[in-house]
Amino acid sequence: MEDDAPVIYGLEFQCRALTAQTAETDAIRFLVGTQSFKFDNQIHIIDFDDENNIINKNVLLHQAGEIWHIGASPADKGVLTTCYNKISDSRVLTCAAVWRMPPEWESGSHDSPDDSAHSPQALQLLCHLDNTAHGNVACVLWEPMGDGKRLISLAESHIVLWDLQESSTKATISSSATLEGKGQLKFTSGKWSPHHNSTQLATANDTAIRGWDLRSMSQIYCIENAHGQLVRDLDFNPNKQYYLASCGDDCKVKFWDVRHISEPVKTLEEHSHWVWSVRYNHSHDQLLLTASSDSRVILSNMVSISSEPFGHLVDDDDLSDSEENHHEEKSKEPLQDSIIATYEEHEDSVYAAEWSSADPWLFASLSYDGRLVINRVPRALKYRILL
Amino acid sequence: MEDEGGSAAPKRRVHGLLQLYYGLSKEEKAEQTEAADPCDINGPHFDPELYLNKLRKECSLTELMDQESCMVKQIRSLDSDMQTLVYENYNKFISATDTIRKMKNDFKKMEDEMDCLSANMASITEFSAKISSTLQDQHTHITKLSGVHSLVRKLQFLFEFPAWLRRCVECGEFGRAVSAQRKARCVLNHYNNITSFRGIQDECNTIMLELTLHLRQRFSDSSASAKELSECVELLLQLDEPAEELCDKFLSHAHSQLEVDLQGLEAELSDSTQKLSSGLNLSPECPSETNPFLSLASRMDILEFIDRGCNEFVSNLCLVIASYQELFITRPQGGDHTLKHLPQMANQKLQQFVDALAGRYFTLVERRIQEEKGVGDNSLLVRALDRFHRRLQALSKLLPGSEVTTRGTEIVINAAQERIRQYLCALQSFYMDSLTDVRQALAAPRITVGGASGALGSGSTAAKDVQPTLPELLSSLSNSILNQIKSVLMSVHLFTAKDITFSNKPYFKGEFCSQGVREGLIVSFIKFICQSSRQFCESAGDRSSSTPPTLLLLLSRLCLDYDTSTISYILTLTDEQFLTQLHSPVTTVTTLCAEAREAAQKLLNHYVKVQGLIISQMLRKSVETRDWVNTIEPRNVRAVMKRVVEDTTAIDVQVGLLYEEGVRKAHSSDSSKRTFSVYSSSRQQLRYAPSYTPSAPMDTNLLSNIHKLFSERIDIFSPVEFNKVSVMTGIVKISLKSLVECVRVRSFGRFGLQQVQVDCHYLQLYLWRFVSDENLVHFLLDEIVSSTAHRCIEPVPMEQSVIELICERG
Repeated sequence: MEDDAPVIYGLEFQCRALTAQTAETDAIRFLVGTQSFKFDNQIHIIDFDDENNIINKNVLLHQAGEIWHIGASPADKGVLTTCYNKISDSRVLTCAAVWRMPPEWESGSHDSPDDSAHSPQALQLLCHLDNTAHGNVACVLWEPMGDGKRLISLAESHIVLWDLQESSTKATISSSATLEGKGQLKFTSGKWSPHHNSTQLATANDTAIRGWDLRSMSQIYCIENAHGQLVRDLDFNPNKQYYLASCGDDCKVKFWDVRHISEPVKTLEEHSHWVWSVRYNHSHDQLLLTASSDSRVILSNMVSISSEPFGHLVDDDDLSDSEENHHEEKSKEPLQDSIIATYEEHEDSVYAAEWSSADPWLFASLSYDGRLVINRVPRALKYRILL
Repeated sequence: MEDEGGSAAPKRRVHGLLQLYYGLSKEEKAEQTEAADPCDINGPHFDPELYLNKLRKECSLTELMDQESCMVKQIRSLDSDMQTLVYENYNKFISATDTIRKMKNDFKKMEDEMDCLSANMASITEFSAKISSTLQDQHTHITKLSGVHSLVRKLQFLFEFPAWLRRCVECGEFGRAVSAQRKARCVLNHYNNITSFRGIQDECNTIMLELTLHLRQRFSDSSASAKELSECVELLLQLDEPAEELCDKFLSHAHSQLEVDLQGLEAELSDSTQKLSSGLNLSPECPSETNPFLSLASRMDILEFIDRGCNEFVSNLCLVIASYQELFITRPQGGDHTLKHLPQMANQKLQQFVDALAGRYFTLVERRIQEEKGVGDNSLLVRALDRFHRRLQALSKLLPGSEVTTRGTEIVINAAQERIRQYLCALQSFYMDSLTDVRQALAAPRITVGGASGALGSGSTAAKDVQPTLPELLSSLSNSILNQIKSVLMSVHLFTAKDITFSNKPYFKGEFCSQGVREGLIVSFIKFICQSSRQFCESAGDRSSSTPPTLLLLLSRLCLDYDTSTISYILTLTDEQFLTQLHSPVTTVTTLCAEAREAAQKLLNHYVKVQGLIISQMLRKSVETRDWVNTIEPRNVRAVMKRVVEDTTAIDVQVGLLYEEGVRKAHSSDSSKRTFSVYSSSRQQLRYAPSYTPSAPMDTNLLSNIHKLFSERIDIFSPVEFNKVSVMTGIVKISLKSLVECVRVRSFGRFGLQQVQVDCHYLQLYLWRFVSDENLVHFLLDEIVSSTAHRCIEPVPMEQSVIELICERG
């Protein structure tokens, strides 16, 4: 299966930030932010041509500093946010800003294929998410499926809800909440729930996972000691409103039903080092992607806790496909929760993995050494799910 | 002389004939040769002429004279002898003649007397005929009279019979009365058309009715003993009472008696449970161990209970059955008056009766057996069951068709199965308890861990006095489990002992051994050990440090030991004790060993992970909480690094106590710090170099990528082998990788970088010795330093000599 072979793209810089271009539903496009301490940082726009298996890239300059986190607007293809490090007076501060890609980036790239030799165009700043009052920004979240007007930034122990006005050139704080407790509490990551009219947020700080109601800006649940060590990432099941996956330094991936937070619904322990990222497939929530600093990306099939009816139509399939070959039969078996594949193309820690917003069977993963790998869900499994 | 000779010849011939007849011919021949001598004067062939001539020729005159005189003398004596003989013979002849003459006279006299006697006899015969003819009439009369006499006596008996009967009844001699009545009855029946006889019969009948009533009263009297009862029944049966009703009555009566026994047992049962529960209720504050003890003391044990059941209920039941059978079923005279179907009917009734009662008894016994929860002494239970079973066999012998035995055997089998389950539970809880003990022993302050950090091994010897060391804990745990298994096997073995009656049932020979003991008990327990071990791996991470890592290590070694030897030992032991004849499929040693090995591997993996993560956590906190941009120039190795080295050493000691050293890659001869200094100065310098020339921004990555191309890819977590080096390598790998990750999310100032350099050098000095391949440590430390350098605002590395100095001082 030549089509299933991974496609690898190398960046010159170390990288951490990766996102799919959320608003783009036709082309397979990923945005990668570099993390170079001393040089000008860039945003690479990676276009993947599915038919020819070719990657096209465009580079935009991001001169503000090394990019720790990147988020694409769900409504406007050209708008994105970054969290970046700014060094001033031997102090390192993580800021966040909303940017617009220059409108001509696409045409410009086609003119000169070797655009890295030319000086790339720079991003246009739309507005800063001013964080002087709150401290370092861990991440910025767009309202899922929103109109691209609402943002949340997690800064130290604060949750700040922003409204973008005047075509995103101005950001005003609409409300905020602060995590209170003993010691220095600091959010490590968060996720805006796509359910409940986008009124809920889940955050991670240290070993705890908290849920917030954005209307009242108050905590609605708290899973203390969700992981043995630091929680690194969260993701909501796109189809089951109460289900949530988390990962952390204890090498585990856990699945939670936020209505019953005393015990995880399920625990996976497949990685041998910290798990940095966990992502549900946007349309088939049994497919789960995890990335870890053991330089592996694992694709799991969590049928038992997905929205997919468990073991549906098995009999029908067997009847209709009785004449099909054994290969097909074999691929039918993994109806249980299982690991579909472990991807070992990376040689350094993998910090991010994202599903494409255009093709649900395609995903990208990014390791620290700047290697972006685009992979597909194995075809057998794809047909198994579709048929 | 001649005459003599002539007469001698025929005489000799007669003599020869006689000799011939008597078979003496040989003698005769000898005699003939002898007799041939004609000179023998006494011989038969004597020839006087020859003799004379011979004498004349041979002898002298004197001799002849002598001979002549001798011969004359002999002739003379012979003559006198002859004369005497003739005389005597003559005398005898004369006397014989006299005697014959006398006899002739006597015979004549006797003839006369005989004639007289025969005449007399004829007259006597005549007289006797005369007498007998006269007495004939008299004789018939007397015979008639004697017949009348006996009849009159019988009648007299009959007339007196009612009174006699009454007396008998009054005296309580019912047996005699009934048998007499039975004899009289037919006579009375025969003559009941005669009024007087009918009167007698009626009287008898009333008496008998009274008797029957009386007997029935006695019969229904509950205090009567079984023997009395059977007597009653026998009498009543003889009195032609309806057998069916009697059966029912007899059984109902027996039922009430047996009911008493059963109620006694039931009371015992409920009493003990009440005591048990009240004991629990009354003293809730009492420590729980004392409660069962108290209640055990107050209640009767199961053997006593079964004994009581056997002695009272079962033996009474046996008695009832025996007497019932004697009365109703095996009656010898059954044919004459009872109905044909009586034995069958009676048997049916008995069967129902016994089944019902035995059913109740069985439920009681079952309840009692269920209460038998304590697993301490199995022999009591087994003996109780044995007795139970044995007594039932007696019962079944009495009553061959009943279900009693099968039910009884079922109960025994159920009890045995229940026992096995209880033993499994007991083993499991024992295992968990001993794990708790081990946990406590581990949780108690140990000097081993702390003390060992200073000098390898010295600390552990000091700790021996205070605390059991890990190997000791392991061996004590393993031994106690093994002993427990052995004792349980011993207890269970009682079920199959030769002297136990039920041990030769097919169940106890086959299924009990293979499915019950081997699979249900031993295999399940081993599986449970593996299972619970695996659970430690799965749940432990949730709430960190819920399971002490040392326990994981200990358990992994335990499982490994099980894999290598213990399982096969236990199973061999089991198979020896319980010779399985049934060839049902059983779990093989290999599958169990594989399971144990898997558990051991999982535990060890988990141990490595947990320990690695603990150290990682420490490193992460230390990196996160420091402001690396504005730090001061390093003077010391940071304390956390020392701590890491200490902890690693402690872990090393700990693992070394339980696992073998393992294989490590050969150290290069100069693997000490000298190598490191060469390595660090050369490579690090090389890699920092491009950083100073911003004009070539790509080179940094290029170089590091090239470097990576040549260095082996490092699996952060490859499966751990069962040896110390492998375990330590895993832990060190995880820890250092974590440090890399931590460093990558921070920004550093100049002194921050230098501090990291110092720390890494320090780690390098101490960590290499733990791992299988020191290049691994080199690589990871290298990665840390280079990552730091990348994230450094002002990357000015520290002089190698200064680093060394600081590390040596620290």
